[in-house]
Amino acid sequence: MQKNIINSILLVSFLILGLHGFSQHQENLTKPEDQEAEKDLKNEIKNDIKHHVKDAYSFVFFSNSKTGESYGFSLPVILIDNGLHVFLSSKFNNGNKLVHIGDTYYKLSHSKIYKTDAKGTITLNAHGHPTNDKPIDLSITKNVLSIALVSLILFLIFSGLAKSYAKNGLIPKGIGRFFEPIVLYIRDEIAIPNIGEKHYKKYMNYLLTIFFFIWFSNLIGITPFGINITGNIAVTFALALLTFIITQFSGNKNYWKHIFWMPGVPVPMKIILAPIELLGVLIKPFALMIRLFANISAGHIVIYSLLGLIFIFKSYLGSSLSFGLALVISVLELLVAILQAYIFTMLSALYFGFATEEHAEAH
Amino acid sequence: MENLINDFSFGLFFWQTLLFGVLLILLRKYAWKPILSAINDREQGIEDALEAAENARKEMLNLKSANEEILKEARAEREVLLKDARDIRNKMISDAKEVAQEQAQKMISQAKESITNEKLAAITELKNQVAELSIDIAKKVIQQELSSEDKHLALIEKMLKDVSLK
Repeated sequence: MQKNIINSILLVSFLILGLHGFSQHQENLTKPEDQEAEKDLKNEIKNDIKHHVKDAYSFVFFSNSKTGESYGFSLPVILIDNGLHVFLSSKFNNGNKLVHIGDTYYKLSHSKIYKTDAKGTITLNAHGHPTNDKPIDLSITKNVLSIALVSLILFLIFSGLAKSYAKNGLIPKGIGRFFEPIVLYIRDEIAIPNIGEKHYKKYMNYLLTIFFFIWFSNLIGITPFGINITGNIAVTFALALLTFIITQFSGNKNYWKHIFWMPGVPVPMKIILAPIELLGVLIKPFALMIRLFANISAGHIVIYSLLGLIFIFKSYLGSSLSFGLALVISVLELLVAILQAYIFTMLSALYFGFATEEHAEAH
Repeated sequence: MENLINDFSFGLFFWQTLLFGVLLILLRKYAWKPILSAINDREQGIEDALEAAENARKEMLNLKSANEEILKEARAEREVLLKDARDIRNKMISDAKEVAQEQAQKMISQAKESITNEKLAAITELKNQVAELSIDIAKKVIQQELSSEDKHLALIEKMLKDVSLK
């Protein structure tokens, strides 16, 4: 699947490059103002994509770049910096205004809030990242709101399913008919084979929750509201961290022995293997984090790029081609949405299985 | 990597952990626990039902074989009874025949005896009659002898002719 996505990205970049040359060729013939406009459009799309993949302090459904108007609603900003400061993000006026609280100024720059001086200067380091101090920022951002929304949807669906059992004599009703087989699948095909009959029960809560949470977050990311929950490193980090913590806490003697003093190999090998195994313990959840983040981000960027191409081409052939491609990739993303949720759940179950494995076999 | 670290938002991490934790707890209480236990109950129910059906099938099979056994026994018994009846009938017939024969034999022998007795009596009586007759004839012959020889003889002749053994 990752290969597929890489292929898609390659294909898209090839298309962009190829058609770019073509359009440049045309540009020479067009007037300078048109070139300027085209460049602006490209930059705008590029910024839109960058902006979309990141979190935001307001929920914008669509915006008009010419008039500078955006349609959506502001979300509360919560800063902890010498006390608790709560205000609406509209105070920043999309980063054009500084917010002055006490004797500190806050500036919104590239979806982040920084402390600045009265003029709002942002100093950049060699990598082009701001070096200004950041306040502790617990704002209810677009992603936080979306996470809450996903959680609410999950709760409503599955508590409804749970109730329908009581009402309907152990037979699910309505939407539960669709979700029950998935619950069963997670139990029978993910939890039991990987963790084993004996221990799987205590992990079911986590596995089910994480599967449906990732799946629904991925799905809500494909909606046209521009939400990108699982394509955010902080979210995938939190999820991977939970898997990591649960794995370490359920690790039995056998698990730790396999890490620090691998049985069945000579002593020098044991010494060499210990740091490698210890590194593996960290790499496993790290890979979980990066895999989910990269897959979903890549999907979003590809779809956005293809949609942007529609406006760059401005021709029936090119635009309809990129529209078709965007449609195909969107359908692919539907698949990726459940696949990534499956992979995350599956690997989490596998790690729990390693941690609780009992038989001490010689490797 | 630099970009990733720069993009990392502690606030989002905080809220994600908090919301996910709450979601975990809520779903455990209101969703997964009842759902999994309901599924478990249902599976157990299906298993039990299947087992019960299997047991019923076995019982039925047992019952059927028992029935067949009973039927077989009954048939054998009937056979025996019929055979007995046939034997008894045959015995009765043969007994009756024997008795009848005996009776008949007895009656015949009685008849024979009585016939012999009758015969003896008849012979005795005949003898007596013959004697009387003889005496009568002799009397008459003696009475006639005196009148004529010839007549005498003729008379005897005639007399004897009459007496020819009855």
